Amino acid sequence: MLGYISRRLAMMLPMLLGITLISFTVMNLAPGEPIDLMTSMNPKATAEARERLRARYGLDQPLPVRYVKWLGRVVRLDLGRSFSQDNRPVWDKIRERIPITLAINALSLLLILALAIPIGIYSAVRQHSFVDRVLTVFVFVGFATPTFWLALLLMILFGVHLGWLPISGLQSPGLAGAGFWTIFVDRARHLLLPVLVSAFGGLAGISRYMRSNMLEVIRQDYIITARAKGLPERTVIGKHALRNALMPIITILGFSLPGLIGGSVIFETIFAIPGMGQLFYGAVMARDYPLIMGVLLIGAALTLLGNLLADISYALVDPRIRVHDHE
Amino acid sequence: MHTPVPATTPDVGPTTPRPGKASLSPPAVLLLLLLLLLFAACDGRAPHDAPETPAAAPPTGNEQSAPGKPAAVAAGNTVAAAPVSGDTIVVGSIGDASTLIPLLATDASSHQIAGLVYNGLVRYDKNLKLEGELAESWEISADGLTITFHLRPGVRWHDGKPFTAADVLFTYQTIIDPKTPTAYAGDFEQVETATAVDPLTFRVTYRRPFAPALASWGLGILPEHLLTGIDITDSPLARHPVGTGPYRFVEWKTGTEIVLTANDDYFEGRPCIDRYRYRVIPDTATMFLELKAGNLDWMGLTPIQYDRQTTAARFTRAFNKYRYLAFSYTYLGYNLSHPLFADRTVRQALSYAINKRELVDGVLLGHGRVATGPYKPDTWFYNPDVRRYPHDPDKARALLAAAGWEDRDGDGLLDRGGTPFSFTLLTNQGNTLRAQTAEIIQRRLAEIGIEMKIRIIEWSAFINEFIDKRKFEAVILGWTTGQDPDLYDIWHSGKTGTKELNFIGYANPEVDDLLERGRHTFNRDERLTCYRRLQEILAEEQPYTFLYVPESLPVVAARFHGIDPAPAGISHNFIRWHVPPAMQLYTR
Repeated sequence: MLGYISRRLAMMLPMLLGITLISFTVMNLAPGEPIDLMTSMNPKATAEARERLRARYGLDQPLPVRYVKWLGRVVRLDLGRSFSQDNRPVWDKIRERIPITLAINALSLLLILALAIPIGIYSAVRQHSFVDRVLTVFVFVGFATPTFWLALLLMILFGVHLGWLPISGLQSPGLAGAGFWTIFVDRARHLLLPVLVSAFGGLAGISRYMRSNMLEVIRQDYIITARAKGLPERTVIGKHALRNALMPIITILGFSLPGLIGGSVIFETIFAIPGMGQLFYGAVMARDYPLIMGVLLIGAALTLLGNLLADISYALVDPRIRVHDHE
Repeated sequence: MHTPVPATTPDVGPTTPRPGKASLSPPAVLLLLLLLLLFAACDGRAPHDAPETPAAAPPTGNEQSAPGKPAAVAAGNTVAAAPVSGDTIVVGSIGDASTLIPLLATDASSHQIAGLVYNGLVRYDKNLKLEGELAESWEISADGLTITFHLRPGVRWHDGKPFTAADVLFTYQTIIDPKTPTAYAGDFEQVETATAVDPLTFRVTYRRPFAPALASWGLGILPEHLLTGIDITDSPLARHPVGTGPYRFVEWKTGTEIVLTANDDYFEGRPCIDRYRYRVIPDTATMFLELKAGNLDWMGLTPIQYDRQTTAARFTRAFNKYRYLAFSYTYLGYNLSHPLFADRTVRQALSYAINKRELVDGVLLGHGRVATGPYKPDTWFYNPDVRRYPHDPDKARALLAAAGWEDRDGDGLLDRGGTPFSFTLLTNQGNTLRAQTAEIIQRRLAEIGIEMKIRIIEWSAFINEFIDKRKFEAVILGWTTGQDPDLYDIWHSGKTGTKELNFIGYANPEVDDLLERGRHTFNRDERLTCYRRLQEILAEEQPYTFLYVPESLPVVAARFHGIDPAPAGISHNFIRWHVPPAMQLYTR
């Protein structure tokens, strides 16, 4: 097993290299340069100023040279400095946005699992029942509802008319120095709508997977055996069937690892949440190459890691597909 | 900041009010001119674009009844109560600041905050005249080459160190340093020498008299003692500014808010409002909900919000709305080297075919004025007596026929030499008003037999692939206009190179001469003559079809008293705004 893991880890390096090479190239194929926002259509920006800026950012060098330089820095764990006017280290800009993005995505994922798994089980066990149909409609409504529209409706109801919840942002003003619980409650109130809205859209996927896995499992012979033994239906479904039906969900969880730090631009914009989605969108629009590469690199690494974790945990829970350690 | 010129154009949407009292270094922004809407946010309003900048519109015209007056006059506002200090103002902005060092920043949000923290030597007053800020007075030598600024004594930086001419000199040296990545060096490269004569006297000499020179010194002055020996781009001041302005920096939560607090030691007296919170809310719909819920005190409205969503009694009791002309205009620009548009008669015909009044009514819901040239109608250099192009399709057809364009093959499109009159209009993505404008124009041109296709392109690609390579036929874009009439960079025939702003390729020797004379004299009458003539020529030749000047539509919570709408907008006396004790909402 250890050999397998180390082989997989070693394989990740060339893959990561390939991903960054392609990303770097494609990014530079897009027309425009980071200095455009500062200088284009600006009467006060002279040609010399533009050339100085290009040289400062190293844009006057050929693409391969720039890539190698970038790679050299990354190897030393330096993502470089943002090209935007603030000139801050890329890692600082990413780091300050990860906690909130991670918190919202993790909470919403937990909520999705907590709701979608029971929904999936119930729908499978009572397939084609009235409740199954209602739940199916419910999760697909969630899937089909535009986030921004639902968010605005909820804000109008709970924020403006009822005044129960804050509309946007993460913290009420004037809380500095307040006690832990006051801040905790305030933060929870701010997170409630964002988490609900993002979870609502994600119910459909997991619950439908769960439903079809379950349907497949309860037709297996061993379920019939379990029933034949006279086990209560609760044990048959909850113990024998559920364990096997859950396995594909592990794979999905592995894939969702990179998603935990990815944000949605629309969603963050509506709720005024300074997360990764806005950061990345802004970076793309401004052609902020180091920041774009930083986000892509972290995303790529997490994707590869997530796949590996999914494979490993799959092997752990399912003896049938455990990989044999050759050599 | 209110001063002019920030960037680009706006569309109407001022979403960010730019407070910044006038006193705050306007010209910093001024310098800004970034023009054209850059970033258009997803929904179209760019942080930069916000017009809020100012300005009111004296009624030159007809439609606007009382420009510059609050649309809803709040009774309370006129009561002359003695200003009391206290309370917090919460300002909404769709964009976060990028750096709080003004000479490095090109976005409106950064300049708005920097404008409250820093001062310039001069600023525009409420009537858009230059007055001293950090400079108590100045003299211009008889030959127009030397300006001597006498600085205000006793001014201290927020850290207590005295402000002197050395700081001004340092700021100048920083801006012309080739290593400084600033977009504003242009005006300062005209300087021959700059010296700090004594701690309170700063003298600058130009190679030739340069009219925009004085206003350029509205740029925010930086503290030498905190920056010397440090690479400006690495300075901690970018996120923790220390200035001389009415507000001191408290904290900046990236993407969330920036908090400032009143400077007790401000040389014009302590501002009345204790705290200034600048909240970043990227979505305008969310921002409007926050306003309605009472969590925001100041934002810019869209025309539809102004007209349809803010008229209930509950709203008008809690908020005052204002309207005045923004410092910007939107135009349809023609590529003059394209065979279709090389002929002036054709351009005039298109101007007759487009109903500009309809654009103001349909796109801006009446919140704007028809543009007749490159200047805002309420400026001293505006010339109303120029050729105008009212909507007249028959005249347009006649002019086109005179230029050889007629529908000979009966397909509904004009043609000449077998080629139909068809072209593509480009505009940038993210600005809904421009897209709507394009659609209305498309229909009007179809009526006279011209096919116009519309293509909307992301900003960076738009500039690099189309504007810079001159691969366009016509564009809809906007310019921010300043308080100075100098338009050398936009209309001079020497400014047609790649990345230069006369990208339509306009060349007229008389215009070149007028632009040069106008910028190299301080004589106001002579300048007026030059710029009035310039407007006549542009109106006659129609290198652009000038479309409209939008209005800024800020809304402010009614508890703020002392707001004084003026040609410069409402933010010029921000430090004197106040809230009567009984109405104060925030205690910290």
